[in-house]
Amino acid sequence: MTATEPGRLVPPRAGVRLRRIRLGDPVVGVWLAALTVTLLGWIVVAARGGDFLTTTNAVAILQNSVALGLVAVGQSAVILTGSLDLSVAYLISLGTLVAAETMASGGVVTAVIAVLALSAAVGLANGLIVTGLKVNAFIATLGTAFILRGWIEDNYTGPAGKVPASFQHLGYDRVGPVPVSVFLLAAVAAAVWFLTRRTRLGHHMYATGGDEHAARLSGVRTRRTVVIAHIICSLCVGAAALFLAARLGAGAPWAGTEARYDLESIAAVVLGGTALAGGRGGVAGTLGGVLVLAVLDSVFNQLAVDPFFKNVVRGVVIIAAVAVYARPRRAAKGRPTA
Amino acid sequence: MLTMQGVSKSFLGVRVLHDVELDLERGEVHALVGENGAGKSTLMKILAGEHIPDTGTITIDGTAHTFTHPAQAQTAGIGIIHQEFALLPHRTVAENVFLGREPVRRGLVDRKAMERRTGELLAEIDETGITPRTLVRELSVARQQTVEIAKALASDVRVLVMDEPTAPLADHESELLAALVRRLAARGLGILYISHRLPEVFDLSRRITVLKDGRRVTTLRTAETTADEVVRGMVGRELTAYYPPRARPEEIGAERLTVTGGGNARIHDMNLTLRAGEVVGVAGLQGSGRTSLARALFGAAPFTTGRMTVGGTPLRPRRPRQAIRAGIALVTEDRKTEGLALHQSVRDNALLVTRAVSPRGGPPTGREITALLERVRLQARGEDQQALYLSGGNQQKVVIAKWLAARPQVLLFDEPTRGVDVGAKAAIHTLVRELAREGLAVLIISSELPELIGMSDRILVMSEGRLVGELPADAEEESIMRLATSGRRGGREEAA
Repeated sequence: MTATEPGRLVPPRAGVRLRRIRLGDPVVGVWLAALTVTLLGWIVVAARGGDFLTTTNAVAILQNSVALGLVAVGQSAVILTGSLDLSVAYLISLGTLVAAETMASGGVVTAVIAVLALSAAVGLANGLIVTGLKVNAFIATLGTAFILRGWIEDNYTGPAGKVPASFQHLGYDRVGPVPVSVFLLAAVAAAVWFLTRRTRLGHHMYATGGDEHAARLSGVRTRRTVVIAHIICSLCVGAAALFLAARLGAGAPWAGTEARYDLESIAAVVLGGTALAGGRGGVAGTLGGVLVLAVLDSVFNQLAVDPFFKNVVRGVVIIAAVAVYARPRRAAKGRPTA
Repeated sequence: MLTMQGVSKSFLGVRVLHDVELDLERGEVHALVGENGAGKSTLMKILAGEHIPDTGTITIDGTAHTFTHPAQAQTAGIGIIHQEFALLPHRTVAENVFLGREPVRRGLVDRKAMERRTGELLAEIDETGITPRTLVRELSVARQQTVEIAKALASDVRVLVMDEPTAPLADHESELLAALVRRLAARGLGILYISHRLPEVFDLSRRITVLKDGRRVTTLRTAETTADEVVRGMVGRELTAYYPPRARPEEIGAERLTVTGGGNARIHDMNLTLRAGEVVGVAGLQGSGRTSLARALFGAAPFTTGRMTVGGTPLRPRRPRQAIRAGIALVTEDRKTEGLALHQSVRDNALLVTRAVSPRGGPPTGREITALLERVRLQARGEDQQALYLSGGNQQKVVIAKWLAARPQVLLFDEPTRGVDVGAKAAIHTLVRELAREGLAVLIISSELPELIGMSDRILVMSEGRLVGELPADAEEESIMRLATSGRRGGREEAA
């Protein structure tokens, strides 16, 4: 309508093919950060006479990113949609237990199905509590976390079940130098990326997270979208549980909680530039976030630094990242000047 | 084409619509007018599928419908342009236009088709300045509205409902919109046009339906009626003197606020003086820096250069708190996000400022607050009522009361009557003049030129971040517009 703007007539298709890489884009930023951390780690470790950039080490970093990666990818899906999942840690623990016990008694296939079914059910429950009962996601999923924890503590005192050697391949085998589990993460991440960026459901997830009211008014079934996002998240968590069960050789009540996958996954998502309020970000950034955390871990392990210092650095990195994203970008955010 | 019959709706036992009838023909612009609280929004939301009516039927081209979700109304061919746009700022134009009905090819969203069709839709409505890949947040308000319209057209609408579409627009943008509305009607769309602005209602519509207190008062043929008749239907009385008399020269007193060479990133070389007893109007197109000026005076987006005095003392506020302490008040253009704590009571809202910054002469007593709320002619169920449930006009009165509680010397108004009904508008105008008469210095920014001319003792015109002229009280709209559009580059994309 404002046809009074000469010089603004951009050719309609300009910039369609040419997507410039913008440094202000969090996805680019977080991958650059991962690169920087790697380089710094290399320099610091080299200065101490070590060798950081070895194949063994790179493989170890990837291997260590798998579990957190799977959870964080799932977490991205819910956070994008404007929700959150704090029950992931206990779901992992329960998942490893269910997996190992079912594998001990039944078959591997039954166990995989059982774990995924359990996950889907928990995701569905989370989604329905958030959308149907309109309980804030933080509280709703904290509630499910407590329930899962109660169940675990009441029924298990320590590791249980046994994972057969055939399934442990998932945890230990390699194709060339690359662990099989990395392919699992890649596949899950690709699937979620594809779902969020290329399908209708994905568009609706971004819309719901961006402005639920606007999305609803545009005819988006926002509740259904949130429920599905929760199911996607929990399925990713189920995959993480299966991987950890393969790795541990048994189920463990602490499998998910010891590594604090709930808060770590949220940290990775936020580090990857996904807005905690929803509607912005995505899986690509999250993987970058996971990588930054994994590389940091590896550097600290090689340097054998004090765990306190390690956590301080992690905290600083996360806060700094979010502070950078919060800075108004050029032409963004600003108030309309009338 | 569209008929609504016997539509009633109650909320929490309060009946807001009584047996409302409405019909819309193909190619007709049908205006829906009424004060805030008359039931226009509720009627519109029922049509949109946001509210389910208690009784009544909606028939479109012979088919009866009951909508329980906005998606169903869309499918039935109803498109809504909301006053608050239903757009996602961080997504592209194309993604917004096709939100909820993304074209799919082999199960995947067909981005190319989506962008191509968005381009076509925009071309159809003669909007050549928007590319489908632009992020919505980078567009001006007027263009965001165009995106909303394209969005409605994308779903093959037959009925287009527009809720106060010109409220966020400057005058020349409103004219472009009017032209677009006519073209859409000529294409056979039925357009239900909700507006407070009678001139445009008369300009555009074939028929006018007047709502009052949830009932249809009458439906008039526009050609056979007058503005007086419509206003009488809306308020149940005649509105004669719209604007209170202006200040007499002897009523204008001491300098309350001066700016010399004030500037920041958005506005440059501001020189102005506000005096006790005087109402100064600021005109300008959207993006001309009007709001930036108010925000600079108030310290919200401070001046970075120049000098400023408040009440004779040098002070260039760097944050609102300093400005408030010095006796400056700003009634912002968006009362819902910047003026009120919507979920708090009327009383708490009236105390919002004075609880944070204690005014000279101590904090106001409960009795003073009650007196203030009476003074602004607030109509509410009581001081405990949540601000959320007040009409736009009454919300605005609470915002004004909040500032009066701080006993200011300088009152800045940004769009004081946007989205406010006729009755409340007149009350606010009268109140503003009273306050000036009591010795306050007043600055009013408004996109509505009649209001600006009616209220101001002199008018400053802004263009491209600069003051480009000053006109006397009885300036003509044309001379204001000529100055406002005098900028070197014409209207510029606002730095949104």
